This record gives sequence, structure tokens and C-alpha cells, in this order.
Amino acid sequence: MAFYIVQRILVAVPTILTLIVFSFVIMYLAPGSPFAGERPLPEATLANIEAMYGLDRPFYEQVFRYVWNVVVHFDFGPSFIYRDLSVNEIIAQGFPVTLTYGFLSFVVAVSVGVLLGVLAALHQNSWLDYLAVGVSIGAQVLPNFVMAPILVLIFTLWLGWLPGGGWQGGEWPYLIMPVIALATSFMASIARITRSSMLEVLNADFIFTVRAKGLPKRRWVLRHALKPAMLPVISYLGPTFVGLITGSVVIDIYFSTGGIGQYFVNAAINRDYSLIMGITILTGTLTVLFNLLVDIAYAWIDPRIRY
Amino acid sequence: MNLIQNTDFDFVAADEDHRSLWQDALVRFRRNRAALISVLVLILVAIFSILGPMVSGWAAEDIDWSVIGSVDTKGKPSATHYFGTDELGRDLFTRTAIGTRISLVVGLIGALIAVFVGTLYGAIAGYFGGRIDSVMMRFVDVAMSIPYMFVLILLLVVFGRSIVLLFVGIGLVSWLDMSRIVRGQTLSIKTREFVENAVVSGVRPFFIILRHIIPNLLGIVIVYATLLVPNIILYESFISFLGLGVQEPNTSLGALISSGSSQMQYGTLWQLAFPLFFFVVTLFGFFFAGDGMRDAFDPKDRL
Repeated sequence: MAFYIVQRILVAVPTILTLIVFSFVIMYLAPGSPFAGERPLPEATLANIEAMYGLDRPFYEQVFRYVWNVVVHFDFGPSFIYRDLSVNEIIAQGFPVTLTYGFLSFVVAVSVGVLLGVLAALHQNSWLDYLAVGVSIGAQVLPNFVMAPILVLIFTLWLGWLPGGGWQGGEWPYLIMPVIALATSFMASIARITRSSMLEVLNADFIFTVRAKGLPKRRWVLRHALKPAMLPVISYLGPTFVGLITGSVVIDIYFSTGGIGQYFVNAAINRDYSLIMGITILTGTLTVLFNLLVDIAYAWIDPRIRY
Repeated sequence: MNLIQNTDFDFVAADEDHRSLWQDALVRFRRNRAALISVLVLILVAIFSILGPMVSGWAAEDIDWSVIGSVDTKGKPSATHYFGTDELGRDLFTRTAIGTRISLVVGLIGALIAVFVGTLYGAIAGYFGGRIDSVMMRFVDVAMSIPYMFVLILLLVVFGRSIVLLFVGIGLVSWLDMSRIVRGQTLSIKTREFVENAVVSGVRPFFIILRHIIPNLLGIVIVYATLLVPNIILYESFISFLGLGVQEPNTSLGALISSGSSQMQYGTLWQLAFPLFFFVVTLFGFFFAGDGMRDAFDPKDRL
């Protein structure tokens, strides 16, 4: 087990480093410059600005310095567009917001999805089962950027119950729609996966045995059936995490929540290289680390995994 | 003598009774009503996307000046504008048709690129095996643990937002799953006699992959390609929704949903409803058709 964990970490570290170097190289190759405006700057000014951002150094030195700053100092450098803010400050502003509703969405997607899937499997072919299957099929075509306008239409414009955007420090009325919009499609996928793996487990011989021995229902469902049925769900947590992080961009844009997604899209439109790189590297690193945790959890739960 | 007659008989019988994988699949697919209906719906959607602009009598960039300023009343769906107009007075029927067309084209071309790269990559990794295989698949593992949407947006920013890059970029981030599936299949195909036969006859490895391995993968490749199309349409719509994808005057379903949803507080709901309808119908069509294909080609893998 310890060997397995060390091995996974040894893969994760170069992955993150590659991501950092890759995004730097891509940005370096980019045509155009963030300082190329309609009125070209005087040559001396341009040289000064490039010296300030270290753009006049040779390529290998720039790469090394960037990687060194990111890895050792967690410093993504200054933003090219927001003149008085560094990338770190922007991330510090936006990331807590994204993390708040992202975490809530994750909890909602997993808990509601698993509950719905287990209930559907236990009552196969009942109305509850049809509801669960219907929801999970329907949610395939209702990604976050479709859910968000529909929710706003219903709850803000027609019913007037919830505010259509904003954050206000994360008060709950401002949280409800972002969380539902973000969580729905993943909740549906988790419900579908849980249902099918639970059905498979329920038909297994060992469940037949414990039921024949007269174990109370709560015992055999929670103790014997749920654990093996959770394995496919756990391996789906990695993709869920990626999806939630990606989806947060839509949520930030649509609900103006002020998370990093909003900065990311603005940076993409304004060619703010250091900010795009910073956010890409941050989300990439988080994803790699999360996948590492999922792998370890999987190996811990399933004793058959041995590498 | 007896033996030869027997084999002759077998040969004839095989010719009459045995149906190929493709015929079997076609029969099973025809029995699946949901899949058949969705193929029909998809054909209708495709016809709409091609003929729509001719039927409406408006070009995508034409502005109907008579509705400007009061789009919420005069821009409603009517005999002149079947789906109404957008906030700039452009005909929404035409724009929905063009948006649907672009989304379909992105989905198909993106899936084609992903299938091409993924099949070749997976077949090479699976056929050569050993260290080549483990290095190639390790790379896929690593690439899969990266939020590709951010990388794709990064590429779009760096190399400029062109529709060609959007096609290629989405295709290039979508081949990973494909390569895993293909590799798994290749591992089992390469142990079959006809491959051994080719190896013994001295056929070069690359030729074996192209002529003997890949044709036997086609069934599963087609199934996953069908399921890939709606996912790629989703990616493209996501990026266009953020305003980073298809640029004006071109449009796509994602861009139309985005602009429709930004206008809905003014009561112009049709601007959201029509693009959304075609988006949902197209995705449902591909998902059901793909499920039908999977059942048809791989009946043991139900659910």
C-alpha cells in the first residue's frame, strides 16, 4: 500500500511539472503581445516593460524562472491586464467563492445521486426507479449552461423567489441556483452509475446468502451491498471534479458570482497570459491531486487492487 | 474424399445461413424503436439546418429594420419571421438553422478527428505491447487527469479563435477514451489466427494494423463515435456560450442559447426556446441512436 501511494505520487509530480512547462511554452509561442495596442508603444518604453516582466531574457531562463517561482514560491507573477493586481491576489479573491459553491455542488451531486441510485435499485421497476432513470436521461441534455438560464427564468423572472445573480458573501439565497445548476448533470450520472452497479451487487451470491441468513434489510444494504457498489462511483469522482471545475466557469459568468471563472474568461478575451496560465495550472494541479486521492481511496477500499 | 465434401457443404451452408456482424447489427438496430425514431429526427434536423435559410427568405446577417426598437412585440414569431427575431432584428429561423448546422458539423468533424487519432494510437499501443504500450497508455492516463477545457481555451487564446482550431482542438482533446477502448480490443484481436498468419507471412506491422486490426475494430469504433458526437457538441456549445468559440456573424447553438438567455428578462423568450429546443432534440437524438448502436453491435453489454 505504501509503495503504491509513493508510486502514484511519483507519477503525479512530473504531470504537474509538465503542465506548467507546457502552458508556458504555449504562451511563449503565442503570436502577438499583451502590449501590442492600437497605438504602438515607443521602443524604449516597450523594452522597459518587457524588462520589468522579464520578457527580454532567453527562453530557457524564462521557463526556469517561471517554474521555480510557481513551484517554490507559489508565485504566478503579475497580471498583464489588471495592472495593480498579481495573479496570486486575483486567485485569492476568486478562488474561495468557486470553492464554496463547488464544494456544495460536489456534496449535493454525490449524496443525492447515490441516494437516488440506491433507492432506484432497491425498488427496481417501481415509479421511483422510472423517476431516477428519467431524471438521469433528461439531465444528459441539460448541462450547466442550459440549467442556469432555465432556473433563472423560473425562480427569478416568473416566481421572483431567488436573486438572479451576485454573491453577497455567499448567503444562501445566492447559493441555491448556482449549486443546482452545477450539480444536476453530475448528480444524474452518479445516480445512473450507482443504480447499475447496485443492481449488479444485489444479484450477487453473497447478498443472496446474507439475506437467506435473515440479516435485517438495513444491515445487508448498508454493510454488504453498498460498499462494493460504491467502487464505480468512486472512480467517477475524478471526472466529476474536472466537470465541476470546468462548469464553475459558466456559473461565474452567468450568475456573476465573482469566482475565478469570471477572471478566466476575461483573461482569455484580453490575452492576459499570466492569469490564464495561473488558473490553468492551479486547476490542473488540483485535478491531479484529487485524482491521486481518488486512486488511493480506491486502493484502500478495494483490497483486490495491487500494483 | 468424404472430408472434402464436408468442407464444401460447410462452405455452402455458411453462405446461406450465416449473417455477418453488420447484418446482425442492422436487424437488431431496426428492432429498436427509440433508436430508429431518433435517427429519423436527426435526419429532419439536418434537413432543417441545410434548407432553413432558403425557406425563411432572410440571410443570417439581414436586419429587419421594422422590428428594431420593439423586438419584444414586433419581433415575435410570425408569418414573416417563423421563429421571431433576435435582439438585433435578425431572423431567428435562419440563425437557428445555421447554428444547428455549425454544431452538427463541429460534432461530426470533431468526432472524426478523435476517432482517427484515437483508433490509430490505441491500435499501435495495443499491437506492439510491452514497453511501447505502457509508455503510450501512461501518457493517456496523465492527459486524462488534466482539465482539458482550460487547455483548449488556452490554445484558442494563443492561436486565435478560428473555427478550424475549434474543430481540431476539440477533436484532439476527445480521443483519449477512444484510444483506451481501441487498445483493449486490439489486445484480443492480435492473438487471433489471421493476425498470426499475417505475421508469419512476413507482413509489415504497420500494414497488419491498417489492414487486419483496424477493420475488425470498426463496429466498436462506430458505436463510440456516435456517442462522441453529442459530447463534442456539448463542448462546443460550452465554449461558444462563454463567447470564446464561434464568432459573429457565424453562430452555433451554444452562442444562440447564450444570447437568448441574456435577453429573456425582456420577455423575448422565443430567443431562448427555439435554439434550446434544437439543442435538446439533437443531443437526445445522438444519445439514443448511440445507445441503439451499442445494443446492436454489442448485445451483451446492455445497460
